[in-house]
Amino acid sequence: MADKRLRILVAKPGLDGHDRGAKIIARALRDGGFEVIYTGLHQTPEMIAEAAVQEDADAVGLSVLSGAHMTLFPEVMRLLKERGAGDVAVFGGGIIPDEDAAKLKAMGVRQIFTPGASTEDIVKWVRENVAPR
Amino acid sequence: MSSKKKWLETTYRQASERPIRFSTVSDMELDPLYTPDDVSGSYDDAIGNPGEFPYTRGVYGSMYRGRLWTMRQFAGFGLAEDTNARFHFLLGQGQDGLSTAFDMPTLMGYDADHERALGEVGREGVSVSTVYDMATLFNRIPLDKVSTSMTVNCSASILLAMYLVVAERNGIPWDRVGGTIQNDMLKEYIAQKEWICPPRPALRIVTDMIEFCARKVPRWHAVSISGYHIREAGSTAVQELAFTIADGICYVEDAIKRGLSVDDFAQRLSFFWNLHNDFLEEVAKLRAARRLWARIMKDRFGAKNPKSMMLRTHAQTAGASLTAQQPMNNVVRVAIQALAGVLGGVQSLHTNSMDETLALPTEQAVMVALRTQQVIAEETGVTNTIDPFGGSYAVEALTDRMEREASDYIRRIDEMGGMIKAIETGYPQREIAEAAFHFQRQLEQGIKTVVGVNKYSMPEEIPIATLKIDAAIEEKQIQRVRKVKRERNSAAVKAALARVAEVCRSGENLMEPICEAVRHDATVGEVSDIFRAEFGVYTDPGWI
Repeated sequence: MADKRLRILVAKPGLDGHDRGAKIIARALRDGGFEVIYTGLHQTPEMIAEAAVQEDADAVGLSVLSGAHMTLFPEVMRLLKERGAGDVAVFGGGIIPDEDAAKLKAMGVRQIFTPGASTEDIVKWVRENVAPR
Repeated sequence: MSSKKKWLETTYRQASERPIRFSTVSDMELDPLYTPDDVSGSYDDAIGNPGEFPYTRGVYGSMYRGRLWTMRQFAGFGLAEDTNARFHFLLGQGQDGLSTAFDMPTLMGYDADHERALGEVGREGVSVSTVYDMATLFNRIPLDKVSTSMTVNCSASILLAMYLVVAERNGIPWDRVGGTIQNDMLKEYIAQKEWICPPRPALRIVTDMIEFCARKVPRWHAVSISGYHIREAGSTAVQELAFTIADGICYVEDAIKRGLSVDDFAQRLSFFWNLHNDFLEEVAKLRAARRLWARIMKDRFGAKNPKSMMLRTHAQTAGASLTAQQPMNNVVRVAIQALAGVLGGVQSLHTNSMDETLALPTEQAVMVALRTQQVIAEETGVTNTIDPFGGSYAVEALTDRMEREASDYIRRIDEMGGMIKAIETGYPQREIAEAAFHFQRQLEQGIKTVVGVNKYSMPEEIPIATLKIDAAIEEKQIQRVRKVKRERNSAAVKAALARVAEVCRSGENLMEPICEAVRHDATVGEVSDIFRAEFGVYTDPGWI
């Protein structure tokens, strides 16, 4: 199983349309050798949890730039657990203040990337921290 | 041999050159020097004087010697009364026009009490679900004296209707109300990605609004054709110019198809550009935009009224250029970007606040941003003479080049059958994503520099104060919306909404029925639901 290509779901929950970052990350992860599924915009937490299960994702990367991260991240986590996929590694990025990032990590979000993070760092983090399920 | 070529092969070749790529932020490579060899065309045809065709040097005869640009800071957060307080603060600080930021649910056509609004109410802008919210938002603001800009697109028809109903309830007739509504749906599919229905019905609603405003609200700009979001999504400056002008062409064509004469509505079309870091590229872009639009309106659409040919524009400094790292540096970026806007001859300007990569801006940060404009206007002296860059070999050559390269894009879009077809195939979307990825790569390879991020970074950031939105406002707004829904005459609302649905099908102008629905307390979400039911829902194709 060690050579199984990791499957990463890149998802845009909520209503904001800022997909520049999500698309760049999706492409960089694909170039980095991962299987990438991009959900497109305006996904509900249910849609994302469902897609993660359907697509057999090893990790879910959430991008939120609307300030609704404290609502949307925990909801995605809860719904993943509900579907028996609580071991999917959830990470994310966006306009997320440090104190919120700390709270999200305490809830089990593995990593939060904020503006200025390089795609190389993100690819490297996934490679080192996400294991096949 | 031209003198430039000779100079390049002798003097310049012997001089040293740093081993870097000399290109703009859009990665347009520049020559070491521009000379008279690089500038073609006669002064009158290619450049012309301010206030005269093709308006390269400015749309007004006296430009800032006659009237400064409108200082218009975009503001909105929380409940309507919170934003109303910020409006009064800004007007008290010498700002002369208002600009409203709505929250994501309002922008996407959902009421605050919709499940999709959860966690988003009042976060990114002000929450407006009912006409009462709109009345609170503009409380004690004279709508016949202050011009208002509303940044809203797929639900624009409803928000404009609410604004007009508030004006009429304040005793102000529609023909005395002045302002702008963004209402540029094409760029939503291309870049900002706020939509309800697919592109074709969305365009029909936009054209309804152009037609309605031309007849009933003559001082209102029914569309603000926006490059801003295209650039924020990662386009180059040329792409921003090209796609925006191509969007404008599409609106003009559709309004003409509706039976309007070009001179009946074109003077109320306005524009909205981004002001990015690359100073000369931005000045050239604004000059090229005016010339390109003037020529298109005259030659392609046969406009006769000079006002139809004048590209009047708002501009905003580039949000995407700001850094979360060392945020104070953003003050400097904003000042330089704003200066490019002024030297590019804009009519209205928003300067971003230094803290906007972290949160919505604090009052103090907004004040620094506004003061930046006031310093440019009243201390730097750049307003004393019109278009001081006119005649600069470099700026004129860049202006020519941007017009040429944008025209190539526009030709390609025409060949595809116009902007709607281009959008449906994902052409502009892919071009922008490609450019965004290219820039990110250049950043990570160190070809491009962002100070404080990939160069001159600091191990420890000094935190700055940020604005916090109270989570309790969401519940408060939900209760307010529910109260309106409980207490109104539900039979009247139902009938008014049925009339909107009927007009969606009949093809008559939608604006009067929407105004009537709003008068009976129909909400943003309810009218949007009619659009969803009648026109269908658009979903993101999710192209990477």
